[in-house]
Amino acid sequence: MKRFTALALAAILLAACSGSSSETEQSTAGPVTLKLLAHDSFTPTEGIFDAFTEATGVMVEIVRGGDAGELLTKAALTAGTPEGDVLWGVDNTLLSRAFDADMFDSYQSVNLSTMDPSLMRNIPGHEVTPVDFGDVCINYDIAWFTDNDISPPMTLDALINKTYANLLVVPSPISSSPGLAFFLATVAEFGEDGWQDYWTQLRANGVLVVDGWTQAYSTEFSGSSGKGDRPIVVSYSSSPAAEVLFADPPTEVAPTGVAPFTCFAQIEYAGILRGTKHKAEAQLLIDYLTDVAFQSDLPLTQFVFPVNSNAVIPESFSRYISRPENPLSIEHNVIAENRVAWLDEWSSIVFK
Amino acid sequence: MLVSPYPKTSHWLLVVPALFLAVFLALPFGVIVYRGASIDAFVDSITNSNLQRVAWFTFWQTVISTVLTVVFALPVTYIVSRFRFRGRNALLALITAPFLLPTVVVGTSLLALLPQQLHYTAISIIAAHVLFNVAVVVRVVMPSWAHISPELAYAAHTLGASTFRTFRTITFPLIRPALGFATTAVALFCFTSFGAVRILGGPAFSTLETEIYFRAVQLGDLDGAVAISLIQTLFLAIVLYAWMRWTRTSSTLAVVHSHAASPSRTSHWVAIIIVGFASATAVIAPLIAVAYRSATGWSQVWSRSTASSLFVSVRYAIISAIIATLIGTCIALAVAYSTTSTRVIELITSLPLMISAVTIGLGVLITFDTSPYAFRSAWWITPIAHSLIAIPLVVRIVLPLVQTIPQSLRDAAATLGSRPRVQWLTVDLPLMRRGIATALALSAAVSIGEFGATSFLTRQSNETLPVTIARLLSRPGESQHAQAYALATLFFVFSIGAVFIAEVTRNKRNITS
Repeated sequence: MKRFTALALAAILLAACSGSSSETEQSTAGPVTLKLLAHDSFTPTEGIFDAFTEATGVMVEIVRGGDAGELLTKAALTAGTPEGDVLWGVDNTLLSRAFDADMFDSYQSVNLSTMDPSLMRNIPGHEVTPVDFGDVCINYDIAWFTDNDISPPMTLDALINKTYANLLVVPSPISSSPGLAFFLATVAEFGEDGWQDYWTQLRANGVLVVDGWTQAYSTEFSGSSGKGDRPIVVSYSSSPAAEVLFADPPTEVAPTGVAPFTCFAQIEYAGILRGTKHKAEAQLLIDYLTDVAFQSDLPLTQFVFPVNSNAVIPESFSRYISRPENPLSIEHNVIAENRVAWLDEWSSIVFK
Repeated sequence: MLVSPYPKTSHWLLVVPALFLAVFLALPFGVIVYRGASIDAFVDSITNSNLQRVAWFTFWQTVISTVLTVVFALPVTYIVSRFRFRGRNALLALITAPFLLPTVVVGTSLLALLPQQLHYTAISIIAAHVLFNVAVVVRVVMPSWAHISPELAYAAHTLGASTFRTFRTITFPLIRPALGFATTAVALFCFTSFGAVRILGGPAFSTLETEIYFRAVQLGDLDGAVAISLIQTLFLAIVLYAWMRWTRTSSTLAVVHSHAASPSRTSHWVAIIIVGFASATAVIAPLIAVAYRSATGWSQVWSRSTASSLFVSVRYAIISAIIATLIGTCIALAVAYSTTSTRVIELITSLPLMISAVTIGLGVLITFDTSPYAFRSAWWITPIAHSLIAIPLVVRIVLPLVQTIPQSLRDAAATLGSRPRVQWLTVDLPLMRRGIATALALSAAVSIGEFGATSFLTRQSNETLPVTIARLLSRPGESQHAQAYALATLFFVFSIGAVFIAEVTRNKRNITS
C-alpha cells in the first residue's frame, strides 16, 4: 500500500512537472440566456421575466455583484468583454465612470417616448436607458421627536445645530450610493469650497458614519426595524411608504418623515454591455425593463418611481410619498472630475 | 553540496513552475504596472492626506499588534517549551487553531465577542491580529526554547543570576533567531491584513491593503489603487530582502531534542495553570461568543446558497492544494538538486509574498479579459490565485526536507545498482512524503481562508465561505448575522479539531519512532 501511494504520487508529480493540460471550450447552443448583471438591491417580483421569456424565447439569469459601486467597477474593468449582457443599476452619481470606461452600447428603446424628457438630460448619446428615479433625503423618526418635544430638522443647515447633536447617522459616500448622493447634496448646497466646513461641523456635532445604507437605516436608525439610537438618517423619499407597507401590525400612519430641503435626485439607468454576443436580445430586454408591466412592479418591490409614464403607481405607494419640489443636483461631469479628490478630502475630514 | 544528485533533472524541473508563475503572477502584475503606474499617480498618492492617514494607521497598528502578540505569546511559549503536562496537546491545538482560521472568521468571532462600543475600532482590529498571530510565535519559537538545556539555567542560578537575568543572558540569545523570524512574519501578516480589517474596520479604519480594494472596487480609482499596491510591494520587498539576508546568517536547528520536563516545583504549576487557563480562555471566549450568537442561524445554514459556498470552498481547496503542492515541490526539488546559485529561485518564490493577494486578484481580473484568454470568469482562476499564495509555503516546507536527505543513502542505492529514477523513488520520495502531506494540508487551509484575491474574482454563482460570511455580515438583520456566526462556529470547531488530531498523531509517531 505504501509503495502504491508513493508511486501514485510520483506519477502525479512527473506528469505535472512535465506539464500538459488542456482546456476544452464549451460550445453555446440552444436557446439564448441573457445575463442581467445587477446590484444587491435589485429585487423584482419572482417570475417577472417569465412573460419576457414567453414572448421572445429568451431566458434571463440575474447575476448580482455587490453594491452599485462594486457592480459598476467590475463591469468597467471588463469593458468590451463583459461578464453579462445587460447591466441594471448605474445611477447619475456614478454615470461618468461608466462613460469613462466606454462600457455600454448605445440603444434607443421604443419606450423612450413614454418618459419625461428631463430624464434624458445626462445621456444625449443614449449610452444607457433610464429605468427608475427617486430622491435621497434625510429621514426622521416622528415618534422620537414628538416624545422629546423637539421639531425635526428640515434643512441641511439644521443638522449642525446643537439641538441635533449625536442624532444623525449616514452611510459612507465611499461605499454606499445613497451615502454618495447625500454627500453630493451637501456639495450642491454649500458649494465646492463650502462643504468642507459643513462636514467639519457635522463631525463636531457627532455624526455617525457607517459602511452602508442598510446598516444606517435598519440598525442604527430608531424609526425602523432595528430600533437603534439615532432618530435622523440618510435614506430615500420613499422610505416612509416602505415602512407603512411592511408594518406589522398594519398601520395607516407613516412612522417616519422626510426633510424636504435635503433631497438629492437620483436617476437609475440600465445599459447593454459592449461586447455582448446577444445584442438583439439585449435590446429586447431593455425594452421589457422599460415597459409597463415591469415598470409597474418597481414601486412596491424597490421603492422607486417608474420612468414609463404609463406605468401604474399603486395607491399604497403614492399616498405616503411626495417628491421634493427642487431636489439638489450636480452635473455628472462635475462629479466625474472631482469625485475621487472630494472623497479623499472627505475621509481626511471625517476620520481625522 | 557541490555535486547534484540528479544533474539531468534539476533544470527542467523549473520549466513548469516558471511558466506558471510567469503567466499567473508576473504577467498580471506587469499589466497592473503598465495600466496604472505613472509618476503623477505616485505623487498624488504620497501627498494625499487621506492615504497618509491610511499608511500611518497601517504602520502603527502593525507595531502595536506585533509587540502585543510577542508579549502574549512568550509566557505561553515558555510553558509549552519547558514542561510536559496533561492537556499540553489540547492547549497547543487551541492556540494554533486561530491561525488556521480565515481572518474573516477571526474578525467575525471578535465582532460576536466584543461589546458594541468596540466594533469598528482600532482596538478590535489589534485584538484580532493578536488572536490570529500568537500561534506563529509559539510554533516558531517553541523548538528553539525546548532545545535549551535546563542545566544552563541551573548553572546561571547557581552563580547567583536572577530569573530575569537568566532569561536575558541565556534564554533570549538562544531563541533570538527564531523569535526574530516569527516577529517578522507576524509584522508582515499585520501589515497586509485584509479580512479582519474588512470585517472590523468599518468605514473609518483601513490598511493599505483594504485601501487598494476600496480604491479599485468602490471608488473605481484604478491609478490610485495601483500606485498604493506598488508602494506597498516596494516596501514589502525591502522588508523581505532584509529578512532573507538575516535568516541566511542564522542557522536553523538540524536536530530538535526537547528538554521539556514534568513540572517539579509549585511555582511551575502556578505558571502553567495561570498561563494555560488565560490563553485557553482567550481562544475559547470568541468561540463561545460566536456559537452563542449563531443560535438562530443554524436552520438557514444548510440553505442552498450557503451549502453551495461550502461546496465551492472545498472544491477550490482541493484543486489549489494540488496545484500549489506540485508547483512548490518542483521548485523545492529544483533548488535542492541544483548546483548553481539559488538566489533567483528564492526571489521567485518570495514574489507572492511581496505582491499582495489583493493585487493578484486585481491583476488577474484585468489581465485575462480578452478572448481567447478570458480566464477571469472561468471558475478555475480562483483556485489558481489561491495556489499562488500557497506556493511559497510549500517550498519552505518541502525544501528543508529534501536538503537534509543524506547523500549517502542515494549513494548506497546507486552502489546497489539502482538507476537515478529508482533511486529517487525509493530514497527521496518516501522521505519527502510527510512534508508533502503537510504542504497539501496547509495550502488547502490557505485556500479555504483566502479572501483578498477572492474578493475580486468571486461571482454570485461561486462564492467561497469567507465571501459569504462577509456578505452576510454586511447586511442588516439578526438572521443574516446569525448565519454568518454559525458558519464561523463551524470553521472554528473544525479547525481546533484538525489541529488537535494532527498534534496527537504527531506525538504518537514521535513516541513510537
